[in-house]
Amino acid sequence: MDDPFVIAGETFGSRLIMGTGGSPSLDVLEAALIASGTELTTVAMRRLDTSTPGNVLDVLRRTGVRVLPNTAGCFTSAEAVLTAKLAREALDTNWVKLEVIADERTLLPDPIELLDAAERLVDDGFVVLPYTSDDPVLARRLEQVGCAAVMPLGSPIGSGLGIRNPHNIELIVDQAGVPVVLDAGIGTASDAALAMELGCAAVLLASAVTRAEHPARMAEAMRHAVDAGRLARLAGRIPRRFHAQASSPTQGRGDF
Amino acid sequence: MPAKGAPRVSNDPSDVLVVGGGVIGLSIAWRAAQQGLSVTVVDASMAGRASHAAAGMLAPITETKPTEEALLRLGLEGQRLWPDFAAELTAASGMEIGYRTQGTLAVALDNDDKADLDRLAKILAGFGIDADALTSRETRQLEPMLSPDVRSGLLVPSDHSVEPRLLTEALRVAAQRAGATIEQRELTSLAATKPSTTVLAAGCWSRALARTVGIDLDVRPVKGQVLRLHDAGGRFLTRTVRGVVNGSSIYLVPRGDGEVVLGATQEELGHDTTVTAGGVWELLRDARALLPGVTELTFVEAISGLRPMTRDNTPIIKRAAEDLIVATGHGRNGVLLAPLTAERVVAELIGVTA
Repeated sequence: MDDPFVIAGETFGSRLIMGTGGSPSLDVLEAALIASGTELTTVAMRRLDTSTPGNVLDVLRRTGVRVLPNTAGCFTSAEAVLTAKLAREALDTNWVKLEVIADERTLLPDPIELLDAAERLVDDGFVVLPYTSDDPVLARRLEQVGCAAVMPLGSPIGSGLGIRNPHNIELIVDQAGVPVVLDAGIGTASDAALAMELGCAAVLLASAVTRAEHPARMAEAMRHAVDAGRLARLAGRIPRRFHAQASSPTQGRGDF
Repeated sequence: MPAKGAPRVSNDPSDVLVVGGGVIGLSIAWRAAQQGLSVTVVDASMAGRASHAAAGMLAPITETKPTEEALLRLGLEGQRLWPDFAAELTAASGMEIGYRTQGTLAVALDNDDKADLDRLAKILAGFGIDADALTSRETRQLEPMLSPDVRSGLLVPSDHSVEPRLLTEALRVAAQRAGATIEQRELTSLAATKPSTTVLAAGCWSRALARTVGIDLDVRPVKGQVLRLHDAGGRFLTRTVRGVVNGSSIYLVPRGDGEVVLGATQEELGHDTTVTAGGVWELLRDARALLPGVTELTFVEAISGLRPMTRDNTPIIKRAAEDLIVATGHGRNGVLLAPLTAERVVAELIGVTA
């Protein structure tokens, strides 16, 4: 089935975006990235020297995965904008996954700083993919300032709690004119499938794979889950009924 | 043939040039000299040398990750050599090396961290290793300075520690007493060195040196910031304590002289060795959550070291060319694996030069 995933005019064959955080080694990461089938992977730029040979960027180069720099660890709009600009110079890409975190305990986005940074970066020519809370109003504001996608959390980063408010995700999908990427909170394959069933265009995850006992195996599970969820969304699920409805004919006549 | 004007030892086939004067290079030099080989160590004393910053944990068990069974097995093999290695080195050098056998206590600060610790116990059990799971109260009986917030613990008596700076000095003395020569100078190329065999043990600097003879080594520096504190009373901690605080790992290693080493960050910043405000703050913040009294200790030093990391976290110990043996990429485990590395490299040297 030809069902490409398009962000800002760029087409991707995979709807699974990976993160690199939490991986025990570069070899484990590489095996997981290959098993996931991802074509786009986000890397934290705040504490990465891009010129050192043998680092995580080499893994992405070798596997042919496009790098999406992120601003993880930034608490203010100013820090995030600066980090994005440094990443653009170092990696020669104007794409950025924008993260502005409110506090270390929850790692929830700071909506005020996020919107401010998003606007500044869009004005400066960046393709901005913001990590946001699952607030439909904030998602709309981010789209209005020109973000190329919105990336609401399912639950806090690294929590593995899945999608805590599926209805909000549906509301965001329903109104969005840009791709919605479920970012953060995925614990296992069914969470990723649910995100796609809710209408998300893609799923972004890291810990669920990198901290799994068998990262490559979990990455493969996520690849299938994203594909399955996407197919189910396109197939159109049946309405929910309170009582049973037999699938085989119970009367004298077939019900074809 | 040696290059013209190159530093030259002799044509004796038992000549060995060890590049790197950290714990790996010096352990190899000592053991090789004991076997009667003619050994020269070239020691550049680089800023950021891992042996100078390392805490010296001999702790493969509490270090275990689910994907790293091979590294655990190697670490356990290395750990078994340590008691004899320590005793022999102390005798050979006449120096103390701060070898401590009080064990390691891994602690969890809250229920989320406990889930991680329980997972470690389960993984260890899967590898056939028992560790004692402790309640909050049992954990704090072992180390009363731990915060009442501590939720649980895991005691691993066989995870020990040593003081890497004393170890380095003792190894220098023992290597020299065994007949090795140690030269203080920086080598920028391996091309000009032509003894019968070169042993490359230059940590994260090995990559650039290997390239000078056309060999690719996938070793990269990973910076670790470490604090040295001093406990005048000497009663702050009995054994190594490691913990996960809101997802980040820290450790505190006590020494016999009251020193407490607190580490460590993990940063992919090339050969940068700066100490940052954020690094110091994060270490103290997390340590204080585990041990509120830590801020009463005397601040002695903040330093960073460069771990030589490989892509799979296991070291590279192999013959890379006819006249070149590589011993690097020990990552977080250089001190732990020094005796084992020396044993393997010397076996390789003797096998060829005998």
